[in-house]
Amino acid sequence: MEQLNGHQGENESLDTEDEDEAVQPPLKQSRSKNDICNNFRVDSCGKTEATSTTTGGGSVIDERRTSNSTCRQRLDSLRKNRPPFPWFGMDIGGTLVKLVYFEPKDITAEEEQEEVENLKSIRRYLTSNTAYGKTGIRDVHLELKDLTLCGRTGNLHFIRFPTQDLPAFLQMARNKHFSSLHTTLCATGGGAYKFESDFRQMADLQLLKLDELDCLISGVLYIDSAVSSPSECYYYENPTDPEHCVQKPFTLENPYPLLLVNIGSGVSILAVYSKNNYKRVTGTSLGGGTFLGLCCLLTGCSSFEEALQMASQGESTRVDKLVRDIYGGDYERFGLPGWAVASSFGNMMCKEKRESISKEDLARATLVSITNNIGSITRMVALNENIERVVFVGNFLRVNTLSMKLLSYAMDYWSHGQLKALFLRHEGYFGAVGALLELLNPS
Amino acid sequence: MFTSKMAAECQRVDRSSHSMDKSITLPADEIFRNLENAKRFAIDIGGSLTKLAYYSTVQHKVAKVRSFDHTAKETEGEPLYEISMQEEVTARLHFIKFENAYIETCLDFIKDHLVNTETKVIKATGGGAHKFKDLIEKKLKLRVDKEDEMTCLIKGCNFVLRNIPHEAFVYVKHADSEFRFQNTHPDIFPYLLINIGSGVSIVKVESEDKFERVGGSSIGGGTFWGLGALLTKTKRFDELLQLASKGQHTSVDMLVKDIYGGSYGSLGLTGDLIASSFGKSATADNEFSKEDMAKSLLHMISNDIGQLACLYARLHNLTRVYFGGFFIRGHPVTMHTITYSINFFTKGEVQALFLRHEGYLGTIGAFLKGAEEDTPPMLPHSLGTTALSHPRFDPNQYSWGENYAGSSGLMSVSPDLNPMQRTRSGTFPFDMLEMDRLERQLVNLPLLQDPSSYIPDTVDLSEDALAREYWLYCFEEALDGVVKRAVASQPDLPEAAERAEKFRHKYRHKLQTLRQQPFAYGSLTVRSLLDTREHCLNEFNFPDPYSKIKQRENDIALKYFQKAIKSLEELSWEQRQFALVRGLLAGNVFDWGAKAVSDVLESDPEFGFEQAKRQLEERPWLVDAYDQWLERLKGPPHKCALFFVDNSGIDIILGVFPFIRELLCRGTEVVLASNSSPALNDVTNSELQILTQRIAAMDLVIQSAVKEDRLTLVQSGSSSPCLDLSRLDKELAGVVRERHTDLVVIEGMGRAIHTNYYAMLSCESLKMAVIKNSWLADRLGGKLFSVVFKYEVPPSHKTTTQDHVPGTPS
Repeated sequence: MEQLNGHQGENESLDTEDEDEAVQPPLKQSRSKNDICNNFRVDSCGKTEATSTTTGGGSVIDERRTSNSTCRQRLDSLRKNRPPFPWFGMDIGGTLVKLVYFEPKDITAEEEQEEVENLKSIRRYLTSNTAYGKTGIRDVHLELKDLTLCGRTGNLHFIRFPTQDLPAFLQMARNKHFSSLHTTLCATGGGAYKFESDFRQMADLQLLKLDELDCLISGVLYIDSAVSSPSECYYYENPTDPEHCVQKPFTLENPYPLLLVNIGSGVSILAVYSKNNYKRVTGTSLGGGTFLGLCCLLTGCSSFEEALQMASQGESTRVDKLVRDIYGGDYERFGLPGWAVASSFGNMMCKEKRESISKEDLARATLVSITNNIGSITRMVALNENIERVVFVGNFLRVNTLSMKLLSYAMDYWSHGQLKALFLRHEGYFGAVGALLELLNPS
Repeated sequence: MFTSKMAAECQRVDRSSHSMDKSITLPADEIFRNLENAKRFAIDIGGSLTKLAYYSTVQHKVAKVRSFDHTAKETEGEPLYEISMQEEVTARLHFIKFENAYIETCLDFIKDHLVNTETKVIKATGGGAHKFKDLIEKKLKLRVDKEDEMTCLIKGCNFVLRNIPHEAFVYVKHADSEFRFQNTHPDIFPYLLINIGSGVSIVKVESEDKFERVGGSSIGGGTFWGLGALLTKTKRFDELLQLASKGQHTSVDMLVKDIYGGSYGSLGLTGDLIASSFGKSATADNEFSKEDMAKSLLHMISNDIGQLACLYARLHNLTRVYFGGFFIRGHPVTMHTITYSINFFTKGEVQALFLRHEGYLGTIGAFLKGAEEDTPPMLPHSLGTTALSHPRFDPNQYSWGENYAGSSGLMSVSPDLNPMQRTRSGTFPFDMLEMDRLERQLVNLPLLQDPSSYIPDTVDLSEDALAREYWLYCFEEALDGVVKRAVASQPDLPEAAERAEKFRHKYRHKLQTLRQQPFAYGSLTVRSLLDTREHCLNEFNFPDPYSKIKQRENDIALKYFQKAIKSLEELSWEQRQFALVRGLLAGNVFDWGAKAVSDVLESDPEFGFEQAKRQLEERPWLVDAYDQWLERLKGPPHKCALFFVDNSGIDIILGVFPFIRELLCRGTEVVLASNSSPALNDVTNSELQILTQRIAAMDLVIQSAVKEDRLTLVQSGSSSPCLDLSRLDKELAGVVRERHTDLVVIEGMGRAIHTNYYAMLSCESLKMAVIKNSWLADRLGGKLFSVVFKYEVPPSHKTTTQDHVPGTPS
């Protein structure tokens, strides 16, 4: 999914509305999500019966307390409305395409026979590989096994590839005669709009376009409720003490109000007051795309992984000007610690210093300044919105422990322990999950 | 903070690269003026600019009037008072800004010219202060005393906001006038100051002494500079900005439309918004131009700072947000991007404000800090007594005024100029600010309906190109006459002609500057043009070119006073009221400041009072509220009338005095407010004292009124032919309050037309003037000698005036 930030334009409407509604959380989204919620209950119910593995939090259990008979009734009615396989959810962002695929594991012999060859081949192709072409990757560690969706049990797969390789993907869809399956392809993210005609023309596919923020939120709420072990949500304990900073599971029960910070190419910050009541408070254009873009220009690297790798080996304090570089120590007059960054890239004003640093230092400094900036904007939004719980998601955080720890530290330190930074394991896939949910339970 | 220290370190390279030529000679009459009497120094050394401040005293010629002994019988042909030129010492603050490269030359120059040896300490602030500490101590033999940068900045900011009207402005890039100056709000607090140096500091200022750094960001000017240098291999900050102004950020940034193919409608995000700064450089393998990268970087940093500023402004519920620091300092590019960002994030609820003297804040603050700590070294004794009543020299105890003659205007040194080019020209560019200590503390007129929305000037010439052209032309045309009159006013001084030429040169230069840069000293107005002329005249020791003319006119008019009163008394009540108003208006025709009149007067000295009346437009006047005024006069008398008088001679003696005499007879107390120092032929307070005595000697009504304190003379605190009701003598404000003033009379073109025409007062007011300028008359839809007679009653006061008991003694 892609985050859009408001800059260089004059007509963003959401921000103004925010101001009048600081006390009473606004009902911005008129679309009702009640259908979806009901269906979730049924699904969970079915899942409990089938696998008995769910142990989830209190609120989820409450929701599941439905009698078996009602359960079956709904199951039956559902079966009729269930969309045909394959079940995909797609989020086409500015940098990455995120794809979630539900692989049914409860296929009956009867179904097996009915299943057309195209569908079988797609299923086999996706589930038997972990990499597709040069750039497509299946995040196996994120796979959710034995998940029950719409009365069907199966595995949820998480796949990503760069947006610039979308033409290759469409070519593949065409080769595999995807259009013959008569499935609805639910897609969100800006690319759903931008590439809609490409889907139609190149692969004869009709997209069902979905709002990315709606999808993001439904995806987050669903995954958090459906996944119990390992816990979807976690935080870093002792973020200000590097020695004892450890990842700990966190139960997101009764999470509202909640600040959801989605860091993709850019950043969107949402205040979520309930399942269907949220607003986009603001955003910033300094996001993952900025980190990677600057790293590419500064170090000549070509991938996010490479940039992160470099950053992990660099030293940002050679690039940045710290408070102590100016004041020799803390700036006590204003309570600023000597280690705080006074000016990102500030040392680079000097020729000699420009010549004395490594690419790794530059990558690290870029990572630190982008991350800290997101942290400080988030903290200010949290204060303005009076929200204490912050959940960071988005692909910028993928394999990026450095940033997560920095964010944890920043939230904790500057808020004097008031704010808690939370993270979700499926970082960047929530939009795609939300899109899949729309396929199953159209609102 | 984080402003300039690191930048200063880096400057080492730059410094050597264009270190200056020792052969530069400084023009002593232009830079570091009045060094002989300099008493207290402060210096602010930033990354590239040094700002020096000192306090000095200036010897000025002033025209004094002294009444002759009146116990003796009046002698025919003797003038009623004598005029003498005296030397007076006034206090002035000097601020000079120049590039760090010239610091040594400047220190040498100061050492050579400094006479006063009482000064032992120089207050220093700014990141570069420690680096030049030894040099300063060695050269000047002064101990360098460091002050906290942020504290100085805030102090300086408070000082300029309080003392300089039109200090703050909004920047509008494509507008007809790029600079929209703000009115000085009577209460400058609270505000947010965003200082963008290498990093960003966000300071909430709640009062003179209470401020707090509420936040900041490490992404600031240093990031632009450092990252920009890495990306473009361009070393200098100014060059980076130039690159940025030529670039296209859309080739580097990922826009909403790059992701969506168009806008993101449901969120109202347009396609041109930046979704991800530098987002394209992550995915595309293109080569990016230096210009485009610099532009993208500028947008990224400006947007980020703007966003944080808005978040802090909202959190602290502040709407006044000032921006400063080297990232901003006079650079239109950064002012534009910051403004854009603020507008975007607050939907126009918060305006980005910039300051004309932003670069001087640190040094002003450091100077004030030093001044506060010191006991006064020596106060100028010829100064008014109020100045001496304070045991300590605390500049905050006084009001200060920007001296237009000695100050460079905004953008006088373009930041875009190539420094290498500048060094070759023999001298180096510098910028100056001079602030004169005003003898009186200035405050709002308590009768302003809404002090925060009061704008003195009727027409803003910076926004009205046609009017601007006309008035600039008009003032240029009038220059010959002013020079001639200046020379004539000092027949005994042979060098007067030479000085007058210098005045001509200076004022013409100011006019030329204003033609190019109407925003140089804040909003350009007829008032500012007049004031600039007065400042320039004073600068060259022409304190009162009209003194002799005023004297002659006063003498002539006094002779007619009794006759005029007598003829008025013969009229019926209603006839008399009209005659009084007509007399006042006719008197106002005598205004040497207006070209049309001075032509007539100089060619035909017999042009008399009666003739003036015949020149007047017949009723109905251009603006005619006479009937309402007459109705009002039939009601109860006013408690107290405050009268802002205009010209000497016929105007004050045959126009104003009969008018206020009638008011006094009705039982209304009268306060006459006149200028503290000369401007054109306006009657000054000291002249009015003498005139009042003389009139009191021949008129019993006036005599008893003076005796019983029902007629009071006060200084306006001004020395302008116009009138700024937000900067008036504190004493005047006190008198107005004590006497429960319920009528304000403003007379003359300068005070009632060019200024205050739209001023809303909380009591009844009369604004009277004769339009003596055909262009202006045309503009207002009238013709030469059209009459404006405006009588206004604030809605809420209508009932209270009715309730007044007639003739209640005060």
